[in-house]
Formats: sequence, C-alpha cells, structure tokens
Amino acid sequence: MNALRCIALLAAVLLGGGEQAIGAEGPRGTTAAPPLSLVEQSLSGLPTALPLSEIRRLSADLFSEDPSVQEQAVRTLVERGDAQLLAGLEEVRSGGDRAIRLALKPVIELLKNRLNLASKDSDTRRSAAADLGTFGKPIAIPWLEEALARESNRWVRHTIEESVALIKLASDDPTTKISAAAKLGELRSQNAVSALKELIQQAEPEAQPTDQQKAVAQTARAAVERIEVWASWANAFETIFRGISLSSILLIMSLGLAIIFGLMGVINMAHGELMMIGAYATFVTQECFKAYLPAGAFDYYFLAAMPVSFLVVALCGLILEATVIRFLYGRPLETLLATWGVSLVLIQAARVYFGDLTSVAAPSWLSGGAQVMVGVYLPYNRLFIIVLSILCVVGIYFLLFRTGVGLRVRAVMQNRDMSSCLGIPTRKVDAYTFAFGSGLAGLAGCALTLIGNVEPGLGQNYIVDSFMVVVTGGVGKLTGTIVASLGIGGLNKLLEPSFGAVYGKVLILVLVILFLQRRPSGLFMMKGRQADA
Amino acid sequence: MSDTGAIEPRIRNGEGLIFWLTGFTLLVVLPLLNVLPTPDSLLHVSDFALNRFGKFLCFAILALGLDLIWGYTGILSLGHGVFFGLGAYAIGMHLMLNIGTESVYGSALPDFMVWNQVKELPFFWKPFYSFGVALAGAILVPTLFALVFGFLAFRSRIKGVYFAIITQALALCAWLVFNRNETNLGGTNGLTDFKQVLGFRLSEPGTQRALYILTVLCLGGAYLLCRWIIRSRTGRVLVAIRDSEQRVLFSGYSPANYKLFVFVVSAALAGLAGALYVPQVGIITPAQIGVLPSLEMVIWVAVGGRGTLLGAALGAVGVNWARSVLTNYFPELWPFFLGGLFVTVVLLFPDGLVGLFARVREKWVASGLWVRKSPTTSESNGRV
Repeated sequence: MNALRCIALLAAVLLGGGEQAIGAEGPRGTTAAPPLSLVEQSLSGLPTALPLSEIRRLSADLFSEDPSVQEQAVRTLVERGDAQLLAGLEEVRSGGDRAIRLALKPVIELLKNRLNLASKDSDTRRSAAADLGTFGKPIAIPWLEEALARESNRWVRHTIEESVALIKLASDDPTTKISAAAKLGELRSQNAVSALKELIQQAEPEAQPTDQQKAVAQTARAAVERIEVWASWANAFETIFRGISLSSILLIMSLGLAIIFGLMGVINMAHGELMMIGAYATFVTQECFKAYLPAGAFDYYFLAAMPVSFLVVALCGLILEATVIRFLYGRPLETLLATWGVSLVLIQAARVYFGDLTSVAAPSWLSGGAQVMVGVYLPYNRLFIIVLSILCVVGIYFLLFRTGVGLRVRAVMQNRDMSSCLGIPTRKVDAYTFAFGSGLAGLAGCALTLIGNVEPGLGQNYIVDSFMVVVTGGVGKLTGTIVASLGIGGLNKLLEPSFGAVYGKVLILVLVILFLQRRPSGLFMMKGRQADA
Repeated sequence: MSDTGAIEPRIRNGEGLIFWLTGFTLLVVLPLLNVLPTPDSLLHVSDFALNRFGKFLCFAILALGLDLIWGYTGILSLGHGVFFGLGAYAIGMHLMLNIGTESVYGSALPDFMVWNQVKELPFFWKPFYSFGVALAGAILVPTLFALVFGFLAFRSRIKGVYFAIITQALALCAWLVFNRNETNLGGTNGLTDFKQVLGFRLSEPGTQRALYILTVLCLGGAYLLCRWIIRSRTGRVLVAIRDSEQRVLFSGYSPANYKLFVFVVSAALAGLAGALYVPQVGIITPAQIGVLPSLEMVIWVAVGGRGTLLGAALGAVGVNWARSVLTNYFPELWPFFLGGLFVTVVLLFPDGLVGLFARVREKWVASGLWVRKSPTTSESNGRV
C-alpha cells in the first residue's frame, strides 16, 4: 500500500519532467494523490523513509542545472532510501521519458547495488560490488568497506576490494591513487587495466606531467605488468581447460566409434545421429519429469536421463545392426555409405517430429561454476563431462579387460576366424558390441545437452572431428583413442586463438595427414601377421 | 574377380550402339527439339528443360571420374565436391570479373568485395581476367591439388576407410574455408549474378544452347577417355588394385602411382564438370562443395552402377532428375528418399541400375537354366 502511494506521488511529481515539475506540483499533486496527509503519514511511519516534502524537493533537485545540487540529491536519496523507495523509483523510471530515466539512473543503480550488497546470494553480492566499482562513485566506498568487514566468501571479498580500489583510483589525491594502483596490481584486477593505462599515458613526456603524476604512473606501470603476467597465465590455464573439455567430449563420442571400428572395421556414419537420439531421449525424459513428477524431483531428471539415453540408443544400435550392418560385414566402404543413408533419414525424421530447436534445461546442480583463481572460472557442466568421460574410460577398460565378455570381444578383434573356430559366437559379439558402442553414443548425446541446444543436426558438429580421432588413434587400442582425442581436442583449442577456428581445423587436417605419413594405421596398431597393415 | 568385371562383357556388346545412339540424341535431337517446334508443341523441349539437362550432364562428367576411382580402383573418395568446387570457382571468378561495371554497385570489383569493403582486387583474382587462364585453372588447380593430396595420402598407404575419412575432412575444411569472407571468394553467398562469357550474354537461350552442346561434347570426350584408360593395361592394374592390392604390390607394380594417376584424372574431370556447371547454373556457393554434396556424388555412381561408365553417367542424371522433381513437389521427403536410396542400393542393388538391368536380361536369356544367386553374398567377396 505504501509503495503504491509512493509511486503515485513520484509519478505526479516527475512525469511533468524537468523544471516544470515544481510548477505543476500543486494541481497534479492534488489530483493524482488525493489525501496528501495520509501519504505523509504512512511514509513517515517507515524507519528509513524520507519525509514526503523532502522526496519532492530531492526529486526536483535531480533535474537541477547545478551538478553539486544534483549530487547532493542523489546522495541523500541513496543513503536514506530503502527497498520500497527503489521499487517506486523503478516504476517511475519505466514509465518516464528519456530525461527522467537519465536523472534517476544513478539513484537507482546505487540504491539497488547497495541493497544487493546485503543479499543472501553470494553471486548477487558479488555482482553488486562489481557494479559499484564500475560505477565509480566515492559515496559507495563506506558501504563496500562495511560489506567487506562482514563478508566471508573469498571471491566476493576479492571483488569488493577490487571495487574499492577502482573507485579510489579515480580520486584526486595522489597517495590514495598510488595505494589503489598497488592494491589493484596485487589483486590482479583485469578490470583496472584500462584505467591504469590512462594514468600511465598522463605521465607521457609530451603531457608534461607533474612529479606526482610520474610517481602514480610508476606504480600503475608496475601494477599493469603484474596484472598482465597473471592474465597470460590465467589465459594459458583456461586454454588448457577448454582443450581438455573439448577432448573429453570428443573422447566420449569416439569411444563408441572406436570400439565398433576396432571390432568390425566399420565406421558408423550414423554415430552422430545416435548421439542426437540420445540427446532427444534426455529431452523426453526431462519433459516426462516435468509432466508426471512433483517439481522437487525435476533436478534429478538428469540422473535418470543418462541410463535412459544409453539404453534407448543401445536398442537403436541393435536394430540398426540387425537390419543394415549385419548384411554388410567385410565391406566397410559400403557400410559407411549405408550408415550415412541411415543418418540422413534419422536427421530428417527428428526434424519432422521434434521441429528445429529444443533445449534441455541443465539441472541446477550443474549450472554455475567454480572459480579456481583470479580470472579463471570453470563451469560445472564442463567439469561434469570431463568426469563422465573418465568414468566411461574406466568402465570400458574394466569391461574389456576384466570380464569374460571383454575377453571374447578382444579375441574377435584380434582374429575373427580363429575365435569363431574356438566357439565364440562372433556374430553375437558383434551385435552386442555394436549396441554397446551405440549406447556410448547415446550417453555422449545426453552429455552434450548440457552445453548446447538439442537439434536434429547436433551430431554433425563434432562428428568429423571424432572420425579423425578414430583414424589417428588407430584400431583396437583404447589408449590410441584417448591420446588422439586429447591431441586433436587440445590442438583445436590451442590453434584457435592465433589462427581462428576455421584455419585451426584446416591445420589439424594437414597435421593429421602428415602424421599418417609416419604411421598409416594410427598411433597404436594391433600387432599381427597381416600384410595388410 | 569381382562381379562388375563379370558384368562388363555382358553389356559391352551393346555399348557402342548405346554410345552413338545416346550421343546422337543428346547432341542433335534435343537441341533441335528446343529450336524447331513451336513452344506449345508436345515435342518441344523448353529452354529451361535443356538448361537443367545440361546441368545433369555436368554431374555425369563428374560421376565418370568418380566411377574411375571408386568403381574401378576401389578407392572411396568423399571429397570430390572440393575438386568440383575448385573448377567451378575458377570459371566463376572469371565470370565475376566479366560483369565489370554492370554490377549492382557499378564498381569494377565484384559486388561482394564492395560489401566487404575490399578496396583492391586480391592478387590471386588478377590472372582470372583472362578466359584462357581461368579455363586452364579450372582443370589444373584441382589436378595439382589432387596431385599433392593424393601423393601424401597414397605414399603412406592410407586406404579404405582411412582415405574416405580423410577426404571427408578435406571436404569439411574446404567448405569452412570457402565460407569465410576474408578468403575473398564470396563467402556463404558464393559467386553469382554472372552476365556474359566471351562476349556472349548468358541470359540468351542461344548461349545456353551452345553451352549445353559443349557439355555433351565434353561428356563424350570424358567417356572415351575413361573407356580408353579402363581398356588399357593401366586399367587392368586399377581393377587388380581394387581386387587385391597386395597381390599387385607383390607382382612388382607400385599401386601408389596408379592410384595417384587415377585420383588426379578423376579430380581433373570433376574440375571440368565444375567449369561447365557454373555458366549454365549461374551460381556456385560453398553449400555445393561440402560434405553432403560430396557424398551425394558417390550415391549417383552407386545408383547407376559402379564399375560401369554408362551406369555412373546414368546414375548422375537419374538421381538429379529425381531430386529436382521430388524437391519440387515434396521438399520434406527428399532426405528420406536420398537416405533410403543409400541404404537400398547398398543393401539390395550393389551393382545399381545397370547391374539390375544386366541381371534381368541374363535371367531372361537363360530362363529355365537360371539358378538363383544372392546378390549380396556370393558375388561380392572381392569388393573392398
């Protein structure tokens, strides 16, 4: 109720705009907010609220020609305002014209961030502190320092200190400036670089700087250097992380492909589309959770989606093997073409059935990220995919080398005819391996929903890269696939900054071709007596 | 020996007749039907139809080259779109420069350079002012590129699936590079809006007719060239490489050289096809040279019947005709049709239309004595 009245009043005062506000105050005040005394009464009941007359006066001051009067009005409004005033002001701003929006902006920004500094959510506190720092009004320093005293979160503290130093850097006092610059260097603040560089420029000989300016510039120079050294480290670290992240995606995708290729000599061109099916299985699981289960369970849909997409896609793989691949054994190139045909049909079917773009909401426990050092932020979803790929490798290793089924698979891989003679049902092994490899594709598709949209062409984005991984890694060795995906993923991200994504890819193709000059069968090859190596 | 080797003699007796009959129809009858009857006559072939047919025949030239390498030598290349594109862009650049100041912006530079604020013609565009250079480039650039790429690939004995994947990556890379604006090749929009070639207006039906006839002649030439290669000693080695590369190697031949030769020839044919394609269709974009178009080219050959030149040409025309009809009436169904075609042809008709025809005829001739043979198992053991 109070807020509503406040809005009505402010609107009456401010909507007139500019200097007219005061003149128009009488008649409009009476028509828009009838019993003024009532409003005054209710406002004065609030502990932090300003008296009505003062709000009116200050609002008019905001449009004053004199900057100091303006400044004073902002200061008073912000220092004494509260959430209700903020809501009122925002309401006025959204309805007002350009002049009103401009005049209210500093008040709202400062007031909002000051209130947010006390928020329960650490991200909100942090962004409020950062905003105050960029806004650069000295008035914010005491609030920030007060917030700092009670803050326990390391990264929020860091941002608050950075903001305080940033504001102080703009002060007129050289000693404050020097200490702020030194502090910013210590904090490795990337945000301060441009301001610091400006200070250095002021001390260029052509500008005939004073001694004080020279001293400031010296500190600033040291700080910039420190920040830049740190930034290059952080950058390197982030590049490595991005490389590992891409590698892990490639790895999950290539594992299934490599197992199938190793066992049957078949490149499954529909692998990308099996991933796409996995992604849609995740999407459907999410929709089912939304529709049939209580809202509290929604966050755990992803845990259910992983086995679901694995099983669904494994079943698809089984069907694909039984209807197409089975008839093409020993003819890898034909298989390649036929599976490509299958992939075209699957893409179009998904497009017709699901439409072009659907997205999966990442569960809340995977959104956000961990800050590990200044300037380096690792998103949880990428970390999750990395962990998942490691789990997959461990699982496959266990399955292949520690179980009876794995023994049979390896036997067929090494010598199909001999295994068959020894009583291993090779066709069955093929079918199960194909289903398992497809299931891995489904899992990869499920993981990909965390970092991108679900669309029919989803599989196409990475598929050629993962073919390259398989070809580079060689047949039948898990290690080859792991090393090749780390190599290709890492190189991709390493080359991207200097060559751009496109030329980086071209360069990788060239490197792979050159690499195959030395090792035509990939990194690791099966040792055997085949002349056809 | 593989099945295609067995089929060939069966169709060879009729081949000369078919060649001359088809040649006569394409070269004389169709253009005459385009010129002579009145437009409302039943026999009339419209300018549009003739032009569209010319486009299919360009693809047939490419299919011949692809058949040479895949059907006869057993090397699956998924990157022929790149060679096609190189030929097409070479001529396209010449036609682009020929527009001169007729362009939308009235600048001597191609329109897309004006958009991209390129002030001066890039150096590699300058030679293409000359028609001769452009024509030579359309053949030589893909040839040289194939020579380098093939040398690296075959020298290290990359083959089978490995070669297919590498060429597919090549197609992807080429698509990415041609899509970029800073390579000054027109970006996503490609090269288009051509006006004239050697002083003839491209919008004139007469010019298009001449281009059509030129395409037919080139197709005939390409056919004869491929046939000559296949019937020569080299051709026998190529087929031997397909059937057992090691045996060829151990017999003292160098498969790498033969493979390189056939790869280069097929790249040159693809370049020629691209060069003829651009003035008739009037546009070349990166979308026509990427991964999917390159794969589609393979399916033309598969549908027609690989290992037979006639089949490859027939497949290219047939599939593209089906495409233009189907995408016209049922645009959503085309991917289903194409994918289904991939699967059906590979599974059920590994010798394509020509193989089917030969088999039906054989069955007809030998009716009574005919013994059922499964097309997918017993006949295709030698296939790689």
